[in-house]
Amino acid sequence: MARTTTSTPQLSWNIRLNKLQRRVAPYVFISPFFILFAVFGLFPIVFSMYLSLQEWNPIQGLGTMRYIGLENYTWLMGDPWFWRSITNTLWIAFASGIPQHLVAIPLAFALSRGIQSFRHPLTAAYFLPYITSAVAIALVFQTIFGTQFGVLNQTLQYLATAPWSAWLFGGLADSLPVNWLGRAPNIKPAISLLVWWQFFGFNVVLYAAGLATIPKDYYEAAQIDGASGRQSFFHITLPLLRPMIFFAVTFTIIGNLQLFDQPFILTDGTGGTGQAGMTVAMYLYRTGFEWLEMGTAAAISWLLFLLIGTLTVIHFFFFGRSGLERRD
Amino acid sequence: MSLPASTLRSAKRDERSGRSPVGQFFLYLALIALALLTLFPFYWMFVLSTHSQSAIFSAPPPLWFGEFLERNFTALQARLPILRNIWNSLYIALMATVATMFFASLAGFAFAMYDFRFKRPLFAFVIGSLMIPPLLGIIPYYLIIQFLGWLDTPRAIWVPGMAGAFGIFLMRQYVASSMPRELMDAGRIDGASEFRIYWNIALPIIRPGLATLGMLTFIGQWNNFLGPLVVLSSRENYTIPVALRTLQGQAATDWGAVLTGTALAVLPLLIIFVLASRQVIEGLVAGSVKG
Repeated sequence: MARTTTSTPQLSWNIRLNKLQRRVAPYVFISPFFILFAVFGLFPIVFSMYLSLQEWNPIQGLGTMRYIGLENYTWLMGDPWFWRSITNTLWIAFASGIPQHLVAIPLAFALSRGIQSFRHPLTAAYFLPYITSAVAIALVFQTIFGTQFGVLNQTLQYLATAPWSAWLFGGLADSLPVNWLGRAPNIKPAISLLVWWQFFGFNVVLYAAGLATIPKDYYEAAQIDGASGRQSFFHITLPLLRPMIFFAVTFTIIGNLQLFDQPFILTDGTGGTGQAGMTVAMYLYRTGFEWLEMGTAAAISWLLFLLIGTLTVIHFFFFGRSGLERRD
Repeated sequence: MSLPASTLRSAKRDERSGRSPVGQFFLYLALIALALLTLFPFYWMFVLSTHSQSAIFSAPPPLWFGEFLERNFTALQARLPILRNIWNSLYIALMATVATMFFASLAGFAFAMYDFRFKRPLFAFVIGSLMIPPLLGIIPYYLIIQFLGWLDTPRAIWVPGMAGAFGIFLMRQYVASSMPRELMDAGRIDGASEFRIYWNIALPIIRPGLATLGMLTFIGQWNNFLGPLVVLSSRENYTIPVALRTLQGQAATDWGAVLTGTALAVLPLLIIFVLASRQVIEGLVAGSVKG
């Protein structure tokens, strides 16, 4: 008897507790993200804004921070190395980015509409570089690009002299062996080749996913009207793939402007002869962690953010409407 | 009924689009050639890791596996605490993976299964955080790690990313598409707490998605370079990519040893990819396309 009398308030308390935990639960469940983001995401961004207005060498402790206004920014505007890193970054971004899409779109089309079997193994092969360590792969490419014994130069040498291919590659003979990573004009093409190789497969997969959303009936209707494969590519695939192209290009812009691992390794961390391979990300790293100019480095990161933002906005402005349009 | 009709149609299509056997042959040839070209650097890396420095620098280069792997590995160990470096990479990647699988699925579960105040703006915030270029915070990230006294420790690398926005997004999609809401009520009637519902009901349902997220996290952390480069400072604590980087620029780079190291850095990913390429590819695409 005594037990039932005490259990009633106990029970209602339990119910209230239960209601409370049900209401609070989702907030608790999502809180780790917000806590970590506040500490390691939001705070760094705000702080880097503050830092970009300071002159500071971290070795000397926080007390030596000195407010200098926009001086870091104005100094960078007149800094030839900064401008070189910007042009290098844009050069590599375009030279590796545009071919990525020019190859990936027809390739995805061929994979999903041209062939019936081996789709997956082929896709997987193209995709593999994307998930491998950029550092490891850049080291491998460093040997491939070797001047005297690199396999690329040896292959070109062979093609330029072998009787069956000399008619096509013979013109190269005079410029061989190419000093890929040692001569300034060759560094950016070499980096771009590596970046292209590493990322085109990712775009193939994106475009294949985009192609899968195009109804088969469209192609069948076109075929009934007598359209050729090429015509359906240009008049069905390309227009309907536009949202995906827009999206994939946005990805490439944002990623390519932050290139670090590949140029860093290919140039031994130096930027190469005449800093021809130094990207903004590398310049940022070296300014902050080699020359210990944290304030200037923070300013570089904001200028890079501005560049990424500007190019993304331009991209949205020119292609966003058609890219994001609903297709009906 | 539908099967013969569709096969008939596809047969007709083949005929109409002029998909000739010769054209097919050349298409396959081109696609396979490109695939081989793409895979070549991997093959090349493994071949060279089994050759001596002098064999690597010879013309014509060796095209098949040699017998120098063991000596290359010994040379690599003389230059780097490589087993230690592999362990560091493995430890960091596994910690990040387990933590991400837990926190991201928990948050994804909350966003998919509950209606709560500010849910939409909070989720928009999570997605919006994906747009921030990681380079923007790299300098203060170093300072925070220094402030916490975490410089040169593994947690400096795996803790900050353990509830990543990408994972939360992926898990939200997964839970929303695979878990019926009625299961929530069923769990509650049985007297389960909200966390128990997540742990005993949701987790088993989303196991495939969780595995995908785990692999993607592992791959990302294993390859991570800039973060470890910035906060790790002693050879014993380096992860493999940072350790490999130190082999560069030495007076006489032993490329046999370097390529043995790169092969070790690539091998685990290759194994994951061979076992689960479909899942990895689909996960990455689903995560980016719908974002």
